[in-house]
Amino acid sequence: MILQAMRTALEALNAHRMRTTLTLLGILIGIAAVMMTVGLTQGASSSMSEQMGSLGTKLLYVTPGSTSSGGIRGMSATTSSLNDDDVALLSDKNIAPDIDSVAATYSGSYGALRSSTTTWYASISGVTANYLDVLGTELESGRMFTQGEIDASASVVVLDSSTAEQLFSDTSQAVGQTISIGGQSFTVIGVQKDSGTSGMTMSSSSSVLVPLSTARERFGTGGTSLSMIYMLATSTDTLSAAKQEAENAMSATHRTSVEEPDFSIASMSSIVDMYNTVMMMFSLLLGGIASISLLVGAIGVMNIMLVSVSERVREIGLRKALGATPGNIRIQFLIEAAMVGLAGGILGVLVGLGGSALIQWAISTFGGYDLPVIVSWDATAIALAVSMTIGIIAGVYPASRAAKLAPIDALRSE
Amino acid sequence: MELITLEGVHKVYSTSEEVQVHALRGINMHIDEGEYVAIMGPSGSGKSTLMHIIGCLDVVTAGKYEIDGVDTEGMSEKQLARIRNAKIGFVFQQFNLLSSMTALRNVELPLVYAGVPVSQRKERAQKALARVGLADRALHRPGQLSGGQQQRVAIARALVTDPALILADEPTGALDSVSTNDILALFDELTEEGKTVVVITHERDVAARAQRTVHLYDGMLQEVNA
Ligand SMILES: Nc1ncnc2c1ncn2[C@@H]1O[C@H](COP(=O)(O)OP(=O)(O)O)[C@@H](O)[C@H]1O
Ligand SMILES: [Mg+2]
Repeated sequence: MILQAMRTALEALNAHRMRTTLTLLGILIGIAAVMMTVGLTQGASSSMSEQMGSLGTKLLYVTPGSTSSGGIRGMSATTSSLNDDDVALLSDKNIAPDIDSVAATYSGSYGALRSSTTTWYASISGVTANYLDVLGTELESGRMFTQGEIDASASVVVLDSSTAEQLFSDTSQAVGQTISIGGQSFTVIGVQKDSGTSGMTMSSSSSVLVPLSTARERFGTGGTSLSMIYMLATSTDTLSAAKQEAENAMSATHRTSVEEPDFSIASMSSIVDMYNTVMMMFSLLLGGIASISLLVGAIGVMNIMLVSVSERVREIGLRKALGATPGNIRIQFLIEAAMVGLAGGILGVLVGLGGSALIQWAISTFGGYDLPVIVSWDATAIALAVSMTIGIIAGVYPASRAAKLAPIDALRSE
Repeated sequence: MELITLEGVHKVYSTSEEVQVHALRGINMHIDEGEYVAIMGPSGSGKSTLMHIIGCLDVVTAGKYEIDGVDTEGMSEKQLARIRNAKIGFVFQQFNLLSSMTALRNVELPLVYAGVPVSQRKERAQKALARVGLADRALHRPGQLSGGQQQRVAIARALVTDPALILADEPTGALDSVSTNDILALFDELTEEGKTVVVITHERDVAARAQRTVHLYDGMLQEVNA
């Protein structure tokens, strides 16, 4: 009976191929749009969390909240609310037991770097010796500077990979070379690994590292102020405890009110959360638009089913005379509607997959980075189920109209 | 054994609140198993209405209708559909074959609704087609058959479930005289095999083939023995 109804439905749809195709389009466009939206947002989220890595989930960072712009210049080199005392405070295991290690940076100026052959511009950051460990950045070659070199304000520098590439044709030759930074000689002791070219992370333009003390004395205004403090919690689970400890300790020493602190502490995961929230809003918006398309598709299916029923009144009457129950007739039209929905869904999934691949290609070709577009089996299965359900729902009213036709009225109609 | 029993049957169509058409006014009729009965009457006398009642395609407004000992009063659409499927084979003036299907599949249709498995369906439909002399036309579509052949396919479809009653409404109305004779010869054979045949017609020579003729005038009966 069901098989027979499916065959009848296929024949009916096949008899009006053009009409069926146009009806399919509504569902097709909706499903394809949903697939691409989901694929894009899932891809973006996963590439984000991948980049944050396991380390990112343990990382906290403190930024000066309200920096009083310094003096007449009012540009860079402002007085930061963060300084070495904060680092000492946060490193104290008695005060903050859940903080494993603390690194700090002092952003100096943006300056010219000269090798024997080239000149290149990069920002110069003074950092603590454990900076790379805390941020989870690895070295391509060479080594990080030691505490001794920091204490001595040594003239050593660790380059980022892009700066190294610019200054030396062969980056493996960089370590041991001498370059001039702002007219002063520095020895290159290490080169960082390329951290990935995705535009998603906060990293970015060229930035070379020198000992904290060196940066303050030679490229800054001296003193003990800091631009940023990074902390690693002892584990992912203690992240919020660590944040609380840091907040309490710093509020006390900074003598600031809780409402208006002069610093702020954020975690990488809070950035990821924020990013995910934005992605979610974005996908809801796109999904909403796609849903409207699906709704229009559903109305199309319903319309075509009503046409199909009124065209086949005589056939319905005959089938009833031959023994079809109202239930038999209802099933027949529901199957027909479900098939339209499912066919639209299948084509929609295919177009969605093709579209996703196209977007991925376009982003990597024109945008310059690889953003995976993830289309999961789950999403595909759900899309197919949804499209079939839409077909069935759109078919309910036409099918029950067909089921309710009185056999004599149906037979009499011409 | 009595197959059809109508007692005091009235049918009133209400097209609107004010307009009511009293199509049947107190019909009493009894048809035994194996009888061949013709129902005659002028246009508008209520012949088709009576056929719809007998065929369980419509229900009475008042009175009693029994088929094969079963009272149809208060039956659901589904129950009526089951009775039509099992006990009645319809033959219509316009054949009413589905044009997209082969003769064989048209004949199979009642078996589909009877829930007969596919393998048996084909076999029984083929047998019914052979019975009306169209075994070699099984895979033709209605459009590829003559009017007389189409009506024979329709009769095969009416026979395929082996119903007690063959109910035909103007079965020869759209046919030439040669085809008409073929169909009437088939009805004669069916009667000989013990089927009950009820034919509605306004043609005298068609009615003449039946064992008895019932005349309808303005919704009322007037029986005349042949
Ligand atoms: N569905 C209907 N609604 C209203 N009036 C109807 C309907 N069917 C038949 N009639 C009326 O009932 C009467 C009998 O019709 P019918 O049984 O078709 O007669 P016949 O088949 O003998 O020509 C006619 O007056 C016809 O107009
Ligand atoms: Mg009539």
